[in-house]
Amino acid sequence: MTEALTLLSFGDAGWGDEIAQGVVVTVTLAIATLPFGLILGFLIALAKMSGERSLETAASIFTTLFRGLPELLTLFLVYFGVQIGVQELAKLLGLDITIEINSFVAGMIALSMVFSSYASEAFLSAFRGISSGQYEGGYALGLNRNQTMRLIILPQLIRLALPALGNLWLILLKETSLVSVVGLADIIRQTGVAARVTKEPFLFFSIACGIYLVLAIISSAGLVRIERWSKRGETAR
Amino acid sequence: MSIATGFIEARRPPAAPPRPWTGARIAGHVLMALWIVSGFFLVWYLAEAYFSPFFEKYADKYVSGFIVTLQIVGVSLLIGALLSVPVALARNSRLALFRWPAYAYVYFFRGTPLLAQTFLIYYGAGSFRDALTEVGLWTFFRDAWFCVIFAFSLNTAAYQAEILRGAISNVPKGQWEGAKALGLPRHVILFKVIIPQALMVALRPYGNEIILMIKGSAIASIVTVFDLMGETRRAYSRSYDFQAYIWAAVFYLFLVETLRRVWDKFEARLTRHLAR
Repeated sequence: MTEALTLLSFGDAGWGDEIAQGVVVTVTLAIATLPFGLILGFLIALAKMSGERSLETAASIFTTLFRGLPELLTLFLVYFGVQIGVQELAKLLGLDITIEINSFVAGMIALSMVFSSYASEAFLSAFRGISSGQYEGGYALGLNRNQTMRLIILPQLIRLALPALGNLWLILLKETSLVSVVGLADIIRQTGVAARVTKEPFLFFSIACGIYLVLAIISSAGLVRIERWSKRGETAR
Repeated sequence: MSIATGFIEARRPPAAPPRPWTGARIAGHVLMALWIVSGFFLVWYLAEAYFSPFFEKYADKYVSGFIVTLQIVGVSLLIGALLSVPVALARNSRLALFRWPAYAYVYFFRGTPLLAQTFLIYYGAGSFRDALTEVGLWTFFRDAWFCVIFAFSLNTAAYQAEILRGAISNVPKGQWEGAKALGLPRHVILFKVIIPQALMVALRPYGNEIILMIKGSAIASIVTVFDLMGETRRAYSRSYDFQAYIWAAVFYLFLVETLRRVWDKFEARLTRHLAR
């Protein structure tokens, strides 16, 4: 028992500080991905209900693609694909350089693609939950399209989409673990290194699972509060 | 006063006014053009690659990897389905003794990444090598394939238990009461009245779970199982040819899309009495 505690302590003897850095990296990656995924997902949802057939098809090709591919494969496609693409481009420009793409950036791109294709579905079903009377009321008040969207539709949309988006956030948090495969020093990688060095794999991977659980619990508590905040305008029934 | 003496001759409706080139329409056409161009490029690239030594060399490997993926997914889903029934029942039980462990199990497997679970089982088993050898289970845990099946089954069992539980609690209370009024014993009510109706509702989430499992099974490649993703990574590491990943994407998309379409048809057929 004391042995395990020494291994987990901070400082030279233990792995506590390395794992804590891993937690920071994991959380940073998830938080950095979130805004891109949300905005892209919202735009895709708008495209899907624009009424313009070419735009709808283009959007649904995107979502079919990234919902059908395994996240791990998407990550590899981005990680190696961008690297090769940039290198080819450099060759065309007559430069002879090897470029290593940052695994953090690759993870961010891949995860926001995946996140946005699922988020678009959440936004789309939330849009369907808002009656057309809301738009008409907005126009009747003399608001233009942007104002109606921003002042009338969006606040209701957020409330309707929040439960689904909360689930997607929890999934995103778990999916960041995949980026460890292309070398990002996140929770899994740091605990993996510790496990290999100390030959205590069960201890360290249990710690990793425990950390993810704690992150999930904190997120759930936060989501409950955000949901309560979003419903502050509703009367108790 | 005038009397109508004849009908007005039928005329074609006026021609629709030309659709304006709105921003959305321009953006849609540009994006579609982009997709079509990249689609053609992909087909051309793959057609060219089809006659390359890469395809000749690795085609068999891809097929065998594809089969391994199907095996892993199939076996895990089956074991998971069997395990999920007792877990779902325990989760709905009135006894806290059953309810809490089931809750903890489901929470753990849904709250942690599949990758971490797989590592915990595959590498973690090494910590108990002596004990496992003593009971004769070490040969099981030494093999990556078995570990992956073990981890995936436990994972999908947790998800399937939640699907089943949700579906069971969705069945109206009157069904229980009606069955009780007929004097049926509890297990008969559950398996003959409630679960068939619940499964109907659960068809869609089950379909989603199968797709999630197919996508999740790529993780097996990280612990040295040569499934579709594993073969892909091996092919890439030997050839440094990017088409390795493109072929994998084509395979996975084909698998997932076919399954999704077949499942939609299947669901529409089974629930046709519910369609309104």
